Amino acid sequence: MATLTARSAHDMTLRPVPWRRMAWVTWRQHRLALAGVIMLFGAAAAYLLVTGLQMYSDYAAVTACSPAASATCQKVANDFLNMYAPGVGVTFALLQLIPPLIGAFVGAPLLAREFETGTFRFAWTQGFGRTRWSLAKLVPLAVVVTVAAGAFTLLVSWYVAPINGAGDENGPLYPTIFDLQGVALAAWTLAAFAIGVLAGVLIRRVIPAMFATIAAWAGLAFVTGLYLRPHYLAPLVTASDQSVAHGDWVMSRVWTQGGQLVGLNMLNNALAPVDVRAITPEEFQPGPATPPNFGDPAQYLIQHGFTHLTTYQPASRFWTFQWIEGGWLLILALLLIATTIWLVRRRAI
Amino acid sequence: MNVIEATGLGKRYGNTWALHDCAVAIPEGHVTALVGPNGAGKTTLLNLAVGLALPTAGTVTVLGGWPAGSPTALDGIAFVAQDMPLYQSLSAAEMFHLTRNLNRHFDQRFAEARLNELGIPLGRTASKMSGGQQAQLALTLALARRPHLLVLDEPMAMLDPLARHDFMATVLAAVADDGVSVILSSHVLAELERAADYLVLLSHGGVQVAGEVEGLLSTHRVLTGPATEADRYAERLNVVHSQRAQAQVHLLVRLNGTMDPVPPGWEAHPVGLEELTLAYLREPDAMALPGPMRDKDSTPTGVTTWPH
Repeated sequence: MATLTARSAHDMTLRPVPWRRMAWVTWRQHRLALAGVIMLFGAAAAYLLVTGLQMYSDYAAVTACSPAASATCQKVANDFLNMYAPGVGVTFALLQLIPPLIGAFVGAPLLAREFETGTFRFAWTQGFGRTRWSLAKLVPLAVVVTVAAGAFTLLVSWYVAPINGAGDENGPLYPTIFDLQGVALAAWTLAAFAIGVLAGVLIRRVIPAMFATIAAWAGLAFVTGLYLRPHYLAPLVTASDQSVAHGDWVMSRVWTQGGQLVGLNMLNNALAPVDVRAITPEEFQPGPATPPNFGDPAQYLIQHGFTHLTTYQPASRFWTFQWIEGGWLLILALLLIATTIWLVRRRAI
Repeated sequence: MNVIEATGLGKRYGNTWALHDCAVAIPEGHVTALVGPNGAGKTTLLNLAVGLALPTAGTVTVLGGWPAGSPTALDGIAFVAQDMPLYQSLSAAEMFHLTRNLNRHFDQRFAEARLNELGIPLGRTASKMSGGQQAQLALTLALARRPHLLVLDEPMAMLDPLARHDFMATVLAAVADDGVSVILSSHVLAELERAADYLVLLSHGGVQVAGEVEGLLSTHRVLTGPATEADRYAERLNVVHSQRAQAQVHLLVRLNGTMDPVPPGWEAHPVGLEELTLAYLREPDAMALPGPMRDKDSTPTGVTTWPH
């Protein structure tokens, strides 16, 4: 036992191969993946720049118009939105693919390729040690993709500003806008990368690990957008449509009466005397017998004892939501990377 | 010093024990042949020794008591895995650079000189090399680390006869120059017979024979005599394996210390390593191990195991 202790002590004092030696190894083995990351962000950035500059030159007309509340200026702003908002919507939908692409093409092959080709048996039997080897690959790559995504976010914010400025109905909390801004894109990219490396060490084959990464990311993004994000803070509920500001994220609007939900039939019954039909709870169609000076059907319903309840998240909560989402994604990513390292250490062949 | 020492070593995959209650001590300074049929547990034992796999039971230490996979163990052991995994997109020069960065020692001059001798251009990528060249590159990378122990798992399975010869020549040159201890595994003993001076025979996940080749050969003989007398002598001799050929019988016996007198009418021949190995492989219950013997419950008919 004494000899064992002495040996362990010596083992600890054995000067490890310096960390910096891994710099070349990581660079040489992952430079293609890094080039891919740069090309992905570069191509997206070039597209945003070219179309963004065009958009900004047209946006000048919107900002120059005065007074902004006038009908003329509203028309200028609406024309601008009609021209650009759909394109921006499509662009932002496509930009959602950045995290899964990085997870699948940078994260997943990182360890899966070593398993698939058997080269882990070479790498893990060198003097550097497999735990430090994994850390020296995972950490720099994680930092690079996160920083690249963070830098790209600045361009996205610049790009979306005219649309928001012209008064687009989708505010900063709108799902496909929210997760490309603030710290969210960087956090999602890091999380997708971490999902990728864990999938790689679990599945040990490149292509299946890539697909698993995309599937896991899609599931997480879906659950987050649908079930988590609306509840980061308790949503506000108001009976006054005026308190919902432009750009707030409206999650639901319902009609109630005496605390009970009201369906289309009851709304139609209430609106029958003025011959207005509710197509949806928010859309109304006047009939031939509708009085010519009949005002807002919603106001009519409110006057007849109905309450219009709006559940929403105010746009002012943007940064609070960003830090909540960024925070838990960062913790998740660190847990996934820690699990990966643990598996590399423990899960031998 | 023992380069590998295992006690009660076991490794289970699912419900199957690839290695079970394995005890072996391989002293330094030998070229050890680790032989056994496919599935005997050779690769498992080597993976455990180089720290790639973790034991399910028991312990394995290397280089005189270091835990397998510890920094000192990784530093002192160079491993060339089955099928010689190399990064296919890297050139030989880049593999040198990579290996140098991953290890405390790397003899660049030796590595470059070796490839020069072999006529392998430094700029050639592994994917463009023949199987023999890849094997030589993998071996060069391992030797340039100046290890105390070189572990080669089925190194010649993929090589043609000429490449095998060149490969073994490189290994033996390293043994002569550096005194490196070597462990090679193979399911074909013939390719190791020339080089090995220590034999470990694995079968069914356990060690069946272990010892210096010279010692094993000098303590075994083949006795040939009339088949009718076989059973009578078998009771007195430690017969590992008996083989009948019409009226004659060949008995492979393990000698008990001094040379027993050859019975009248019988002939004694020295035994070759391959013959010896095959005999033990055919009789999984027969053992030849240094140190205390393990009990075996059953013995095949006509075969006496080495003393209980």
